[in-house]
Amino acid sequence: MENDNILFTVTVYSENQVGLLNQVSIIFTRRNLNIWSLSVSASAIEGVHKFTIACRTSREKIDAVVKQIEKRIDVIKAFYYTNDEIIYQEIALYKVPTDRLLDCADFEDLIRRHNAQILEINRTFTVIQKTGHCSETQSLYDDLNQFGVLQFVRSGRVAVTKSQQEPVNEFLKIQEERRKSLK
Amino acid sequence: MASENKSGSKQWNGITGSEALMHALIAEGVETIFGYPGGQIMPVFDKLYDFKHELNHILVRHEQGAIHAAQGYARVKGFPGVVIVTSGPGATNVITGVADAMVDSTPLVVITGQVPSNLLGTDAFQETDVLGVTLPITKWSYQIRRPEDIAWAVARAFYIASSGRPGPVVLDFTKDAQIGKIDFAYEKCNFIRSYIPKNEINKEQILSAAKLINGSKKPFVVYGQGITLSHAEEELKRFLNKAGIPAGSTLLGLSALPSDFKHYKGMLGMHGNIGPNVKTNECDVLIAIGMRFDDRVTGPVSTYAKQAKIIHIDIDAAEIGKNVPVNIGILGDAKEVLSQLIEHIDKNNHDSWENEFDKCYQIEKDRVIDPEISPKSEYINMGEVVHVISEATGNNAIVVTDVGQNQMFGARYSSFNKSRSLITSGGLGTMGFGLPAAIGAKIAAPERQVCFFVGDGGIQMTIQEFGTIMQEKTGVKIIILNNSWLGNVRQWQEMFFGERYSETRLVNPDFIALAKAYGIAGRKVTCREELKPAIDEMLADDRPFVLDVNVVENGMVMPMIPPGKGVTEIMLNSKEWYDNGK
Ligand SMILES: Cc1ncc(C[n+]2csc(CCOP(=O)(O)OP(=O)(O)O)c2C)c(N)n1
Repeated sequence: MENDNILFTVTVYSENQVGLLNQVSIIFTRRNLNIWSLSVSASAIEGVHKFTIACRTSREKIDAVVKQIEKRIDVIKAFYYTNDEIIYQEIALYKVPTDRLLDCADFEDLIRRHNAQILEINRTFTVIQKTGHCSETQSLYDDLNQFGVLQFVRSGRVAVTKSQQEPVNEFLKIQEERRKSLK
Repeated sequence: MASENKSGSKQWNGITGSEALMHALIAEGVETIFGYPGGQIMPVFDKLYDFKHELNHILVRHEQGAIHAAQGYARVKGFPGVVIVTSGPGATNVITGVADAMVDSTPLVVITGQVPSNLLGTDAFQETDVLGVTLPITKWSYQIRRPEDIAWAVARAFYIASSGRPGPVVLDFTKDAQIGKIDFAYEKCNFIRSYIPKNEINKEQILSAAKLINGSKKPFVVYGQGITLSHAEEELKRFLNKAGIPAGSTLLGLSALPSDFKHYKGMLGMHGNIGPNVKTNECDVLIAIGMRFDDRVTGPVSTYAKQAKIIHIDIDAAEIGKNVPVNIGILGDAKEVLSQLIEHIDKNNHDSWENEFDKCYQIEKDRVIDPEISPKSEYINMGEVVHVISEATGNNAIVVTDVGQNQMFGARYSSFNKSRSLITSGGLGTMGFGLPAAIGAKIAAPERQVCFFVGDGGIQMTIQEFGTIMQEKTGVKIIILNNSWLGNVRQWQEMFFGERYSETRLVNPDFIALAKAYGIAGRKVTCREELKPAIDEMLADDRPFVLDVNVVENGMVMPMIPPGKGVTEIMLNSKEWYDNGK
């Protein structure tokens, strides 16, 4: 059996058009795939948007999904990667009750060990921030939960590839030449 | 008034968005529009009144009629069908046809009215989220909210609809954009940065495909509508002739090769011919061209052509390897790929391999086809009617079908001389498609005979289009294969649901009286002696005509690969299986 539990990171480069998020996400929905996390942002190329989508599935399925995504007219190019091909990061925020934190002797050590930061501290609550991979933000969560985590949020994954530039650059260059040759 | 601008193209100053749309459509070469007016599209229809001579508008009786008519028109003409309807219910009434055009790769430009942009999102009267509804079933959808965007959006729409793998495009046109004034110039689109309609063909793949073909003992070509869409009919013939390869067609590929072409071996799929289906699992190299391995063709892919090396040629990257894993995938336009392949394949023949197909055909002819077209019983068979009509038209008609048994008989028992001669709803299987599609087909090719086969169920899904036929005097020939059942479902109930005929019996109106009410000539046929004379009467002139034929009630489309079975597991009738080798 094919491994259908690989975590893939899909990056989609697109024009800035209304409804694109919708167009991309329904392709996952149709194949009954759960989007594990999603973030949308600018890319290093002016006017080009970048979606970063994490999804667990098989290589065969993600390949088909990415082809379907690329087929959308306003999608410039889409790629998929496994974790070893990218540098990726997530950010998590934790809100914990201040009094319980201060009762704990090695609280400072805990923050240090996890390489986390305190964003705000007041009499009632403290907000801690940590960037890292999911397992790392999860491990801080587990350690903080002894104080009772009041609120927790983890962002979608953002990722850059190990290749030099935005991988879509080459494609845009070829297209620009095609455009010139048509005029 | 138009003037010329610096770059030499026409320019109109201070015109409304609606007028701009007219100039854009004319610049794209549009001659015919199928539509229906309503509140949020009135400014466009008002402008149409001034452009009566340039743009022929066909007023249908229901928006579903407009969209299917545009599909029929587009498929015959090879040019985008254009539809204009109002917002809300007008827009939602075209949805079935849009979805149908998407799976069947039919180029359409559909313009829907929309509430003024300041009311968007307020649940205003007749507001529907047309983009939200159509995005998943269109090649592209766009909302025009400012008249300044018309030139850009319309140009893109036509380019996207007709290039690459064709498909439907929806332009949702807000009322304020229809009436706003602009200075307007139009330029056709031939480039979109994020879109590659045709890929550069990979030379190495051509060479390795040629090598595989040259070394093959039992090569087999399966082709689909991609041949027609890329105008590759002649290239396909040359390819097959040079390499001496037999070929089978998908339902939508029918008529791309003439039926009597030497290497043409018949139709693939659930109700296809025995040879092409069985031989799929015997060939050593399977060359698929412009087809998408639909499950009605493959059956379970786990048993499909496992012994063969597979070459897949398609213009759509998402199709290659989607359903069936392939050894060589060639991304590109069929015409270009075939032209290149022809250069590299050896002149060859595989006569004894081809003869095997002919043996299968002989069995099918004896066991299925002959009994169907020359029945011993007094009842008229569906295949018999189609066969007689095909002969009477010299196999020159455009055949349009609805969906169901009529579709399978229409496809199986018609012969074709010319390409673009079978118009049917393949991927979606939309009952009600046929009548309006036949109207569109006839308008696209008035010089050709259009014969439309339909069941007594399906005709009632869009029968209101008799009104369009009356008004436009569209000379379509409507042949109702009247079995008083939802025949296709009845067949499945008989074969797979223990003869429990749940909700498939129909009590029907007098179709001839109905036709008469619309001023359409007609004839009812109840026995064999009446059939040929009635057909002759129908084909004698160019009037619209309804032929209502009482056919056998329990007719069955055969052969049949039952659902869930592989391409070699074929039933010859509801009891007997085809026995390979006997
Ligand atoms: C819009 C739609 N509804 C339902 C079906 C399911 N369906 C497929 S064939 C068929 C029966 C068609 O009966 P009829 O039009 O009388 O044609 P026949 O099969 O008898 O030739 C039905 C109900 C369909 N394909 N399309």
